[in-house]
Amino acid sequence: MLNYVIKRIAIAIPTLLILIVISFVLMHAAPGGPFNSEKPLPPQVLANIEAKYGLDQPLWKQMVNYVVGLVTEFDMGPSFKYKDRSVNEIIAQGFPITITYGVLSFIVAVTVGVSLGAIAAIRQNTWIDYLAVGISIGAQVLPNFVMAPLLVLTFTLWLGWLPGGGWNGGQWQYLIMPVIALSTSYMASIARITRSSMLEVLNTNYIRTATAKGLPAKTIFFRHALKPAMLPVISYLGPAFVGMITGSVVIDMYFSTGGMGQFFVNSALTRDYSVMMGITILIGLLTIMFNLVVDLLYAWIDPKIRY
Amino acid sequence: MLVDSQKVGDLAENLAKMDEVKGRSLWGDALRRFKQNKAAMVSLIILTLVILFSLTGQFLTPWSNEEIDWNIMGNVAEMGKPSFETGHYFGADDLGRDLYARVVQGSRISLMVGVVGALIAVIVGTLYGAVAGYVGGRTDQIMMRIVDILMSIPYMFVLILLLVVFGRSVVMLFVGIGLISWLDMSRIVRGQTLTIKNKEFVEAAQAMGVPGFKIIMKHIVPNLLGVVAVYATLLVPGMILTESFISFLGLGVQEPSTSWGALISEGAGTIQYGTPWQLWFPLAFFVVSLFCFFFIGDGLRDALDPKDR
Amino acid sequence: MSHFAKSLAAGAFAASLTASFAYAAGTHPVTGEALADEQIFTYRVLDEHSSVDPQIVEDVSGSEIVRDLFEGLYNQDADGNLVPGVALSHELSEDKLTYTFTLRPEAKWSDGNPVTAGDFEYAWKRLADPELASPYQWFIEVMGLKNGGAVMAGEMGLDDLGVKALDDHTLEVQLEVPLSYFPLTTTHASTFPSPKWVIDEFGEEWTKPENIVSNGAYVLTEHVPQERSVRSRNEMYWNNENTIIEQTIALVINDENTALTRYLAGELDRTEVPTGQYPRLAEEYPDEALSFPRLCSYYYTFNLSDSGPEAFKDVRVRQALSYAIDRSIITDNVLQGGQYEAFTFTPGATANFEVPEVAFGQMTQAERDAKAQELLAEAGYGPDNPLSFSMIYNTSEGHKKIAIAMSQMWKQKLGVEVELGNMEWQVFLEERGNQNFELARGAWCGDYNEASTFLDLVQSGSGYNDGKYSNAEVDQLLADAKTSEDPSANYTRVEQIIAEEMPIIPIYHYTNVYMMNPALKGSWPVQNVEQNWYSKDLYFTAD
Repeated sequence: MLNYVIKRIAIAIPTLLILIVISFVLMHAAPGGPFNSEKPLPPQVLANIEAKYGLDQPLWKQMVNYVVGLVTEFDMGPSFKYKDRSVNEIIAQGFPITITYGVLSFIVAVTVGVSLGAIAAIRQNTWIDYLAVGISIGAQVLPNFVMAPLLVLTFTLWLGWLPGGGWNGGQWQYLIMPVIALSTSYMASIARITRSSMLEVLNTNYIRTATAKGLPAKTIFFRHALKPAMLPVISYLGPAFVGMITGSVVIDMYFSTGGMGQFFVNSALTRDYSVMMGITILIGLLTIMFNLVVDLLYAWIDPKIRY
Repeated sequence: MLVDSQKVGDLAENLAKMDEVKGRSLWGDALRRFKQNKAAMVSLIILTLVILFSLTGQFLTPWSNEEIDWNIMGNVAEMGKPSFETGHYFGADDLGRDLYARVVQGSRISLMVGVVGALIAVIVGTLYGAVAGYVGGRTDQIMMRIVDILMSIPYMFVLILLLVVFGRSVVMLFVGIGLISWLDMSRIVRGQTLTIKNKEFVEAAQAMGVPGFKIIMKHIVPNLLGVVAVYATLLVPGMILTESFISFLGLGVQEPSTSWGALISEGAGTIQYGTPWQLWFPLAFFVVSLFCFFFIGDGLRDALDPKDR
Repeated sequence: MSHFAKSLAAGAFAASLTASFAYAAGTHPVTGEALADEQIFTYRVLDEHSSVDPQIVEDVSGSEIVRDLFEGLYNQDADGNLVPGVALSHELSEDKLTYTFTLRPEAKWSDGNPVTAGDFEYAWKRLADPELASPYQWFIEVMGLKNGGAVMAGEMGLDDLGVKALDDHTLEVQLEVPLSYFPLTTTHASTFPSPKWVIDEFGEEWTKPENIVSNGAYVLTEHVPQERSVRSRNEMYWNNENTIIEQTIALVINDENTALTRYLAGELDRTEVPTGQYPRLAEEYPDEALSFPRLCSYYYTFNLSDSGPEAFKDVRVRQALSYAIDRSIITDNVLQGGQYEAFTFTPGATANFEVPEVAFGQMTQAERDAKAQELLAEAGYGPDNPLSFSMIYNTSEGHKKIAIAMSQMWKQKLGVEVELGNMEWQVFLEERGNQNFELARGAWCGDYNEASTFLDLVQSGSGYNDGKYSNAEVDQLLADAKTSEDPSANYTRVEQIIAEEMPIIPIYHYTNVYMMNPALKGSWPVQNVEQNWYSKDLYFTAD
């Protein structure tokens, strides 16, 4: 097990390096630069700025400097667009917001999704089942950029119950709509996966035996069925969590939450190289980490799996 | 991704075991089971209609997808309502263009993105997985490590980067979306290839000196078709959803062309200004088609899955 | 105004409000209007500001914040006239090269230190310093400071710059050449003073809310990037007792439709009206929707350089394309925000500029269409030889709509085939700047309120002339205008030449279209086309 973990972490390092190289090259291949605008800067001013940020150096040197700065000081450099802030600061401020939304949505998606799926499986082929399946497919195909404006119209403009956006220090009223919009499609996927794997487990011989022996349904469900039925759900959770972090782009843009998604899209469009790199690396790291956590969880639940 | 790769993986295992108990034809059997699945059959019919609509719907209207109706431009909320009198069956968009014609054309693009994207993913994934599984050893190890590494890259970010760097075009969308979706496919295919590899007919071919690549193409890939078909059907809606997200970011197809995602995102932005048809019509097509793909995918999987027999 | 959002906001900050409520529930000292209890101004900004460092800020939303946080030598009133800021007055030498400003002795920084002439000297040298590499460094040259160019290039030391504190309250400025507009430049954010001791202590961190020291009517108290920034009353400000707004909050909201929803829900006091929504809103909320001119022009430029298409070298083609555009459809049916149809490049709102009567502006659209068809046929294009080209614009809902409308007008009236190219902003700038286009969108906002800020764009040597139009007469007229006592005749002539040769297609002149809380009074600078507003001049009346 320990060997396996070490091996996985060892793979993470080249992965990150590849990610850095790909994004670095792609970014600098993109036309334009961080200091272009409708009114181009005079050449002298532009030269001064480029010298300040080291953009006058050859690309490979910039890349080496970047990696060295990253490894030795964990310094991701200054933002080119938001001139009085460093990337570290931007991440330090935006990431907690993103994580808050991610974790809350994750909790909502898992609890609601698993319950919905389990109920549908237990009551297979009843109206409850059909309703649950209908809801989950519907929720899965409704894009969140449609759901967000509908939510805001309903709860902000018509009912006046909830504020239409912002973060405002993370007060609960501000969290509700973004969390709903972010979690729905994942909730739906989890419900569908839970339902089908639960059905499979309920049809296995040992559950049938347990039922035949007259064990109470509750015991069968919680003691015997739930854990094995969770396996496929868990393998879905890693990508789902990362999806919620990256998927927050829509939420961040629509609800102006101040999270990372907004920064990423803006930095890609304005060629704020350092901010973009920083966020890409961060998300890459998270992806690797969560895939690892999920694999370990998997091993813990299913002792048959050996690494 | 949206696709439940675990289930497809199970299916792959079962299919591999299947060959040993050959009796009735696998495909004939599957077809019979599929026909019995009402939801899947209805979906198949609806989806065929949607495809027909996207191909021939243009002939039912005098308007093209780019022509502006100057009479209603500037007052779309009042005069651009869906109506048979004006000839705008689905109403008009914000500029006074016929929404019906735009939905027809948008359906074509979205379905194409879905299908072509899925095809790219399937082709690349199948070949990659089959080669890795068949050759085995070191090559297999390295090829699968590469997949692991690629899987850790936040693909949505790379896709945005790609579109920013190479400019927006339908081709780039196909390539970008397709190229990041083949990873799961390659894993599943590799797993199944490992099983097929040890079958007598492969060993026989090897003994006769058939070259490796030919064995892969002639003996291995055809035996993978079942799982590939199911996976592809389930991939399509994922592709369409991804395209809609890209359109929301403003990186989608060029005007005057449009897509479901672009239409929905425009309609959703202006929902409070008295033009709800701009959202509901494209959204209805989008949602119904995705439902159909899901049901057909599920139906195919159930039909091909011999376990319940 | 609403209750829920506002009370939330108020609740969150109640603790931090130590300010005196001198005017709360009181009356306005001058007008005698009853004031609202709560004086918090919340407005929408499109994007996060670039910086609040006066010498570094480069964007409009950042400058708005900096104008509240810092105070320069002069301020502007609602009509754009100069009023005293830190400077009380100035004297001009005989040769018009030396300005001597007398500063207000009671002006203080928010940490209690006095504002001195040295703070200005420091700030201006800082702006010119190649090491700081400010994107607004070039403003030193606009101001015409002595040795500015050489200092910027690093050829001369900072001490050679033409600015000097004679004593704590006297600032002497030396110019390279006489510039009558020089005092106007002192209202620009990059000329505001900066506190050397704070910058020395905190370095680049000095603009953080916990470190910043400022001399304006407000101090920065909170900043969540991409979400909000809050500025609150500065108790140390010399005119603090006449400041009424307690707090100004800028909320970053990217999507204008969302912003409007939030305005209607009472979360904002000001927002922009989305394209096409003004007529409806003006009818429904007559006291809240307003539209007023801005110093900006929207146009398309032909690529007249060697890389441009052959067809555009023919003036008849350019004229035909320009004539066939029904500008009233674009202003009245697409934008619908009270924008002005443009037949000249310079907007009519520009100071001392009379819009010249150009021939094609006088025709009716039907006449223009007929003329356009005639011209295009003369140039040799028709059904058997259709003109086709591509036009590029950058990603935006508004640009897209205008481009589509234009292409359809050409297609339906002239049978011209146009390929639309929507490009993401940075790509667009790169392509246009390198003459990699046939027809490209452009927009130009005046840097100062005078026609030359627009017309310089058609000068052959201008770095902004992306179409590479070149006309010796235009160049001469503009060069003469620089030294002329009354250059308006030159500007009129240049506009007439543009209308004849049509190197660009003027489309419309901008307006600002706002939804604004009717209780927000004071001097919102509707008359000032530069739109320099100050929170200290605003107040809310009781409903």
